[in-house]
Amino acid sequence: MCPGSDIALAMPAVGSRPGQHSLAALVDDAARTPLSADFEPDQPGDEQPLYAARKKVYPQHVTGTFRRVKWAVLFVTLGLYYLLPFVRWDRGPNAPGQAVLIDSPNRRFFFFFIEIWPQEFYYLTGLLIMAAMALFLMNALAGRVWCGYLCPQTVWTDLFQTIERWTEGDRREHLQRDRQPWTLDRLVRAGTKHFLWLMIAWWTGGAWVLYFADAPSLVRDLATFQAPLIAYVFIGLLTFTTYTLAGWMREQVCVYMCPWPRIQAALTDEYALNVTYRYDRGEPRASLKKAAVLHEQGLPAGDCIDCLQCVHVCPTGVDIRGGPDLGCIQCGLCIDACDAVMEKIGRPTRLIAYDTDLNIKRRQQGQKPFYSIVRTRTLLYAVVIAVVGAVMIYSLATRLNDAVSVLHDRNPLFVRLSDGSLRNAYAVRILNKSLDSRAFLLKVGGLPDADVDVIGSSSFSGADPLIEVGPDQSREVRVLVTARERIGSGASIPITFTIVPKTGGTAASASDHFIGP
Amino acid sequence: MADRSKDARKPPAQIGTTGHEWDGIQELNTPLPRWWLWLFYATIVWSVGYWIVYPAWPLVFSYSNGLFNWHTRSAVATDLAELQQQRGPMIARLSAASLQEIESTPELLDFARALGRSAFADNCAPCHGTGGGGAKGYPNLVDNDWLWGGSLDQIAQTIRHGARAGDDKGRQGSMPAFGRDGMLKADEISTVANYVRTLSGLKTEPGADLGRGGKIFADNCAVCHGPQGKGNRELGAPNLTDQIWLYAPDKKTIMEGIFSGRGGVMPAWGGKLDDVTIKALAVYVHTFGGGEQ
Repeated sequence: MCPGSDIALAMPAVGSRPGQHSLAALVDDAARTPLSADFEPDQPGDEQPLYAARKKVYPQHVTGTFRRVKWAVLFVTLGLYYLLPFVRWDRGPNAPGQAVLIDSPNRRFFFFFIEIWPQEFYYLTGLLIMAAMALFLMNALAGRVWCGYLCPQTVWTDLFQTIERWTEGDRREHLQRDRQPWTLDRLVRAGTKHFLWLMIAWWTGGAWVLYFADAPSLVRDLATFQAPLIAYVFIGLLTFTTYTLAGWMREQVCVYMCPWPRIQAALTDEYALNVTYRYDRGEPRASLKKAAVLHEQGLPAGDCIDCLQCVHVCPTGVDIRGGPDLGCIQCGLCIDACDAVMEKIGRPTRLIAYDTDLNIKRRQQGQKPFYSIVRTRTLLYAVVIAVVGAVMIYSLATRLNDAVSVLHDRNPLFVRLSDGSLRNAYAVRILNKSLDSRAFLLKVGGLPDADVDVIGSSSFSGADPLIEVGPDQSREVRVLVTARERIGSGASIPITFTIVPKTGGTAASASDHFIGP
Repeated sequence: MADRSKDARKPPAQIGTTGHEWDGIQELNTPLPRWWLWLFYATIVWSVGYWIVYPAWPLVFSYSNGLFNWHTRSAVATDLAELQQQRGPMIARLSAASLQEIESTPELLDFARALGRSAFADNCAPCHGTGGGGAKGYPNLVDNDWLWGGSLDQIAQTIRHGARAGDDKGRQGSMPAFGRDGMLKADEISTVANYVRTLSGLKTEPGADLGRGGKIFADNCAVCHGPQGKGNRELGAPNLTDQIWLYAPDKKTIMEGIFSGRGGVMPAWGGKLDDVTIKALAVYVHTFGGGEQ
C-alpha cells in the first residue's frame, strides 16, 4: 500500500460508520470511479496498475414509480425525436412545409411559426443560456434529473438494455449464459440482440438526417438510393455511434467521457435532493435472521438487509449505499428495487429515497427534516431563465419582417465628380423575411439636397428608388448619394437609409455618414 | 449471492493514492479504463495509415505517392474544376449576353459584379485601388470623368486592349514633352500653365499674362485638348475644364506635365483574362457610379 494510505480519507465505504458523510466526502467521491475499483493489485508495494478492465453491468429488471417515469420519458423523447420531422406546417408556396427543418443550403432554420436567419443565431445563445441554467436549477432541486431521465445516452442505453434483457434474459439468466460456452441458442440470442440494436441505431441516424431535408421525400430518396451521399454518410455515422455508445460503452460514457458528472460534483450541495441511501435508518446492516438475534441481544440493527437489490438494478453498477457517487446517474431505479424489498419484509419504504445530506444529519440529531425549493441559488437560476426567456420572447415578438443594413464604401471614402459635387457610395442590404416578393422605397434622410441612385434598379416611386426583393431573401444594392450642396472639408454628416414597403407596413432604417474631403 | 464480494465496493484505501495531499484531501490513483488505452494504441496504428494512403516518405529522387495518388495540387485543381462547373451556366449566359443586357438583367448584373469584384482585386487594384479610387497618374474609376470614354463598350475596349501598351487596337496618343523637346520655353510653359488653371476656375498667380497664355494654348494645346480645353477622348486628351485632375491641379505639376509630357500605360488584358472576365470587369467598373450610357 502506498505510504499515504494510513491517512483516512474522508469518504464513506461499505460498512463504514455513518456520520463520516460530509461535504468533503462529496468532493472526494467525485474523484473516485466505482467501476474501476474492482481489480487485484498485481504488484506488491505501492505500484498501481495503469489501467483496469471494464466490469460488465447486468442491470436487473425492476418495476415501480421511477421505472414508470423513465418509461414515460423514454416514449415521449424518442417519439418526438423519431416523428417530429414528419410533422407538417403550411407556410405557403415560397417556404418548406416541414415544421422543424434546418435548411442548410438556404441558411434557414424553421421551427413551426418561427423562422431564423443566420444573423439571428443569437437566439441559440439565449437557448443555450437557458438550457445551462435549467440544468443548474434541476441540479439544485433534485440532482441529476438530466442524467437519470432525459440525457440521450441514458434514454438509448435504457432502450438497449431492455432489448438485452428481452433477448438474453434478465440479470441472473444473462450472467449464467455468459459463463457458459457458446451454443446455438446463445448465438441466436446474441445475434437477435445485435440486429435489433443496429436497427434502432440505424433508425436513429435516419431520423437525424430527416431534420435537414423534406422528410417524406428524403425517405423516398433514401429507399431508392437517390439521396445525396452525405445523407448516407451521416446515417452510417450515427448508426455507429448509437450502436457503440448505447450498446457497448453505456456507463463508461457517463463515467469517463461526459463532463457533466464532474460539473455536477461541484454544483451539488447539502440542500439538494439526491438519490440517497438513508444510512441513519439502514445501518448497521443485518439480514432478517441476524437482525432478530441482534434485537434479542438489545443491539441496534438497521433496516438494510444487505440484499444487494439496489446494486443489481443499477444501470451503472454503483452501490448507492457508499454515498454520493460520480457513477450514479440518479435514475431512481434503486429506490424502486429497495421499496419492493421493504414492502415484502414489512418495513417502511424509501430506505433509499430522494433526500438531502442535510436531512440525514438532522434526523440523526433528532431534528425535523426540511426541504425548501426556494433558496438563493434556485431563485437566481429561475430569475436568469425567466429574464433570458422574456428577452428572447420579446425580441421574437417584436422583430420586423424586413431590415436594412448599410456599409459605407471604404475606398474611396468619397469621390469628386467633374462638376465638383461630392458623392459617397454605400452597399445597402435589404432583408425581406416575409414569404412574398416585396418592393421597398429607399429614402435617404439627413442631406436635404441629394441625388440617390441605385445601381441595378431603374424604377422609381416618385423621387424614391424602388427596390424589389424576392420572398425570404436579401438583396444587396450599390447606392450612390450625390450631395448638391457644398460639403465642407472634413465633414461627416449623419444620414439615414429608410426602407418603406411599397404596399405599406413598418419602415426599417439604418444610419451611416456622408463623408466630405 | 456468490458475487456479493465483487459487487461490494472496496474501501478507497485499497485503490491507493498518488501520494498527493491537500489539507487532508488525497488524490486517488484511479487506473485508466482499458478501452481508453486500446483506443490510444489504435490511434497510433491509424496514424501509420497516413504514411500509406497519402504521399509521405521522401525518397532519393522522388517521394512515396500514396495509394490513391492524392496530392494537394490535384485537390486544388479538382476544386477549381468543380467551381467552374458550378458557375458554368451563369458564365455561359454572361458570355452570350451583350454588356447592356448584362447590366439590365438584375440576376446577370449581380453575378457579373461579384465576378468583377474579385477579378478587379486581383488585377486592377494595384494601380486603381481596391475600390477604383485611383491614385496620382492612375485614373479614378468611380468619378464620372473618362479619358477614353465611359460607356460599357468603351470601358471594355480599354480593358481588352489597354492604353499605350503596344496593342494595335489599344488607346494611342500621349502628351508631348513640350519643354524637353524644345517646343516651348520655360516662361511660355509657366504662362500657359497659369492659363490652364483658369479653365477650371482655379486661381492664377498675380501678374500672369493670361492673354499670352491663351495664345500659346491655342497654338500648341488646342489641337488635342480642344479650343475650350474640353479634351478629346479619341486621343485620351483630358478635359481641362472640370474639377478632376489625373495628376494634380497645382501649377508645378501642370508645368511638369507640359515640360516632360504624360503617357501612363494601361496593360492590354485581352490576352491575359478571358472574355467573360473582361465583360464582368467592364460591368463592374461601369457600375462604380460614373458609367456613361
